[in-house]
Amino acid sequence: MTSTSKVAFVRATMLPEQAPPPGVAGPVKWLRENLFSGWFNSLMTVLAIYIVWSVLSGMLPWAFNGIWDAGSLNECREIRDARGLESAACWAVVNERWLQMLFGFYPTDNPVLARLFYAEELAAAGGAEVVFGGGFNATQQVEFISAMKDDVSNAAIFVFGYWRPLAALALLVVAVAPVLYSNLPRSLLIFSLVYPFIAFFLLWGGSVWLPVLVALGLLATIMAGRYASAFVGSLGGLIVSLAVFAIIFMNPLGAIGIDGLFPLLPQLRGALDGAMPWGLPYTASENFGGFMLAIIIGTSGIVLSLPLGIALALGRQSSMPLIKWVCVSFIEVIRGVPLIVWLFTASTLLNYFLPPGTTFDLLLRVIIMVTLFASAYLAEVVRGGLAALPKGQYEAADSLGLDYWKSMRLIILPQALKISIPGIVNTFIGLFKDTTLVVFIGLRDPLGLTNAIRATSEWNGIYWELYIFVGGLFFMFCFFMSRYSMYLERRLRTDHR
Amino acid sequence: MADISDHPRETFRISMLLYDARYRSLTIQVVAAMLIMLFLAQLVDNTVTNLAVLGKDISFTFLWSTAGYDINQQTIPFTSQDTHARAALVGILNTLLVAVLGCILATVIGVFAGVLRLSKNWLVARVMTFYVECMRNTPLLIWILIVFAVMTEATPQPRDFREGGTAAMIFGDSVAVTNRGVFIPNPIWADGSGIVVAILILSIIGIFVLRYVARKRQEDTGQQLPVLRLSLAMLIVPVTLAFFALGRPITLDYPVLGGFNFEGGLQVRNSFIALWLALSLYTSAFIAEIVRSGILAVSKGQTEAAFALGIQPNRTMQLIILPQALRVIIPPLISQFLNLTKNSSLALAVGYMDARSTLGGITVNQTGRELEGILLLGIFYLITSLIISSAMNFYNSGVKLKER
Amino acid sequence: MRTATGKVSTCRCAALSQPLFWVTAKPCKFVPLTSQTRFTALAAGEVDVLVRNSTWTFTRDTDLALDFPAINYYDGQGFMVPRALGVSSASELDGATVCIQTGTTTELNLADYFRANGLSYEPVPVATNAEGQQQYLAGACDVYTTDISGLAATRATFEAPGDHVILPEVVSKEPLGPAVRHGDNAWGDIVRWTTHALIAAEEYGLTKANVAELAAAPTDNPEVNRLLGTEGELGAMLGLDADWAVKVLSVSGNYGEIFEANIGESTAVGLARGLNAQWTEGGLQYGGPFR
Repeated sequence: MTSTSKVAFVRATMLPEQAPPPGVAGPVKWLRENLFSGWFNSLMTVLAIYIVWSVLSGMLPWAFNGIWDAGSLNECREIRDARGLESAACWAVVNERWLQMLFGFYPTDNPVLARLFYAEELAAAGGAEVVFGGGFNATQQVEFISAMKDDVSNAAIFVFGYWRPLAALALLVVAVAPVLYSNLPRSLLIFSLVYPFIAFFLLWGGSVWLPVLVALGLLATIMAGRYASAFVGSLGGLIVSLAVFAIIFMNPLGAIGIDGLFPLLPQLRGALDGAMPWGLPYTASENFGGFMLAIIIGTSGIVLSLPLGIALALGRQSSMPLIKWVCVSFIEVIRGVPLIVWLFTASTLLNYFLPPGTTFDLLLRVIIMVTLFASAYLAEVVRGGLAALPKGQYEAADSLGLDYWKSMRLIILPQALKISIPGIVNTFIGLFKDTTLVVFIGLRDPLGLTNAIRATSEWNGIYWELYIFVGGLFFMFCFFMSRYSMYLERRLRTDHR
Repeated sequence: MADISDHPRETFRISMLLYDARYRSLTIQVVAAMLIMLFLAQLVDNTVTNLAVLGKDISFTFLWSTAGYDINQQTIPFTSQDTHARAALVGILNTLLVAVLGCILATVIGVFAGVLRLSKNWLVARVMTFYVECMRNTPLLIWILIVFAVMTEATPQPRDFREGGTAAMIFGDSVAVTNRGVFIPNPIWADGSGIVVAILILSIIGIFVLRYVARKRQEDTGQQLPVLRLSLAMLIVPVTLAFFALGRPITLDYPVLGGFNFEGGLQVRNSFIALWLALSLYTSAFIAEIVRSGILAVSKGQTEAAFALGIQPNRTMQLIILPQALRVIIPPLISQFLNLTKNSSLALAVGYMDARSTLGGITVNQTGRELEGILLLGIFYLITSLIISSAMNFYNSGVKLKER
Repeated sequence: MRTATGKVSTCRCAALSQPLFWVTAKPCKFVPLTSQTRFTALAAGEVDVLVRNSTWTFTRDTDLALDFPAINYYDGQGFMVPRALGVSSASELDGATVCIQTGTTTELNLADYFRANGLSYEPVPVATNAEGQQQYLAGACDVYTTDISGLAATRATFEAPGDHVILPEVVSKEPLGPAVRHGDNAWGDIVRWTTHALIAAEEYGLTKANVAELAAAPTDNPEVNRLLGTEGELGAMLGLDADWAVKVLSVSGNYGEIFEANIGESTAVGLARGLNAQWTEGGLQYGGPFR
């Protein structure tokens, strides 16, 4: 070892990196780890592939070879045989009846349709004033409208004929967005508060002044209460609110036989209707149907049941034995009996319990019943959240000197509700799915309409196509809700695990 | 309140009813009580007035009059000459039958699906996720109607089973799947069959004794008995021996095609199958989620600790994971059972004669006693669910973590 | 607000309901009910009249506290079977599976008939006629039973009506008519006399076509004059306008015209008048005296 040149020289550069041997990386590795990690796992994979294959191989050709254009099931079958197909879905029934399944017998806005798509015939018939303004009698009008509907495509009828429910739905999305996603500007919440009145006006129609005045009346009630409570304390504020409410919406003097200026609302409405008769054609709730009905019942139930459910949960935790007892019995009785029995009670027996001679809208009764039902379930979910909070939180709130409502509002409920979010959303999903039960009390929900369609001689014997359509609609909504709940859970997770 | 005596006694003023926390809750309760009484009084008054206007009264004597209608599925004998009360009982038993069988099947499928959803096998986990999401996000009523429609429209009619027909019985001519239901062999209990059943029950009791003995022995001496093999042997051997020794007292009555329909055998009606399967499949998706979250709720450290102690994987599951997971799983599982029982009232959609269809349906219609009928129906459901939920509370109080 | 039940599309319902609400001139609405909930809804005041066929029976009249002011159709329960079964009489139905609408008298009649004849059967309860039709066509039951008029109407909607036979046996009496609540007497009067006006009009030859003309001036038949309001104050006694019967008849004509237009032999339903002919022609329809 005299010189460095004696040291064996190997090479001056590094060998290029080689790909890992097959089987320890890439798709093969993934396959091996996830699908074929042992004999049992491989067997399961093969079994799963077989099941997926047998389902898809039956279903996909059936669905994609579907027949979209036919007048009856028999026509469908003829077309299928003519094409030499083994199985083919008869989507024609959906193609023909989808508007009905979405909206039931909700009336289309015929003047708008006629002006947009049937202008020549409308002019030939003498113009909109003649056709819709009293020149035509009922029979002629029906004939004109059915001829028009044969002529205009379903898609056009959907967009322009049903613009009222569609606008209500679109605005619902706008109204709900700031509630769901907190990164939107808070000022949008005002729209969320106004939305119920807009939706009522769009869906039911009638004079525009009714929802406007009710909204203003409620606003006046709240403002009067707030203003008064600054001077005469919170109890005084409450009494002032009630008084304002009474003179706007009721006639407190009616009990002693004085009618006159009060209640204010109808007087104002009469005056405004006289001066500015603005509004939309009125639609009675009997005409509501289809998937629209499910959304109306579901949304109102969800919105109304949350505050009621929270109140019941707090009542159940209350230290006052009477309040606690009332809440517990309410919750247990409502939860113990199936919804279908409650709906039956609401739809037929309720008149026994009301003062003789009163009657009110079936749809409203259903919404109330569904709300009560969901709120009992929500109360149990929220109770779980309240019980899961460590006692220290309650004690901390007390030690800060907060009164009951403040401690609930600022300390307890935000945490308890956060814990209960999955449960709350599950209750909402359940409520939305339960709206299908109204079919048993004669409302025309989508499932009731499928039965009606299946009973016609054209579509007798069809089932998969209709159920897939209705099921798919429900799936979309419920799946969105469950995904949203997961998103919310992730976002609200404050523990850094 | 002990601290009150520490303060000088205040004189009572009316305003204290509102502003003093000691009295306020009393005030609120008195006001609430008055409002509730007022509400109830109004309700009763309205009902009495309405009934008087209609010339009706409230009476439960209709229960003892002749029903006059027939019920297809009977767990106890029933003819149209029996009373409405018995018809109600038949309906109640039918509700309980579908509820109990539904709970069993739903639990089996649910546990299966829940465990498979946690499988390391990517494909299996995805398939199960798909199944669970599909079931959970579509209304139960759709599933009931789909199963019923498939059962009535896609299965052959009994007359297709005739010579030259398109359908055939399966399992060696013992089972016929028709659009009126599935006909299966019906066991006939001859003399001596009671002894076989008694032996079966005794063996089951014996198995529990064996397990107890085995556990005691393991705790005392550390030796383990082959419990599984011994129990299987105890379950099968004595019954089989008795069955053949007594000259096969239990025989099967096979369904055969009669004039209009299959005769003999046991007819499992389509309405029952549709309700049972749909309820089970739907509820199983919820149970799968409960099982999955129950298993996930047991922290991984528990498994690792068990392995560190040298416990075998299956014993780990049995001794460490399951007891902890069950504490999370059982309460929601029972409330799913409760939901299933209540959902069985959707029997209406397929004409299954449950309590709602007999007591709350036909009886109410034929007698015009809607208030009484619905009241009794409500009480039945309420009692059922109170029993189930008190069982749950009993369990909960037994296993809950003790806090201060 | 007066409310009525039933599907407007079905024949007999429309026959009564349209004229009825014409005369009352009150806002009315139809409430769809199933056969299971109809009496409950009526009793509870949910609706005021059931215009769909409800059978007048002793217990419904007394115990259910309903009133059946008039009979507008005499019917009976029958059986429909597929021709392929080769059944020609109900006595051959031993062991058959029977689809039946729950909440109707048919349920009780069926049980009685099969028990009295020593036959066995398997009832398949269905909630609506549509569901029963579908089950029957799918072959889930051998027999469909309801009132003969209902069977004929159902069969008319089939693709091949000829493949199904209605058996000759009529197993019950089914006098059908509108039902109202006990104690709603003024309303019951309106319902009763509207029905009778339709029947009497046929007897006197008043039709949709000639009613306006005959009502213009008094005729020489005093009964017609009183009915049409050109003589006497009959309308006011019901609390209606004097020309109430004119309005009734101008909607769709007299009883016979309504019958022929909706369920008569010229229609797909194809029912003969039979028991529902005028009493002058050997039937049971007997319009009350208008005086």
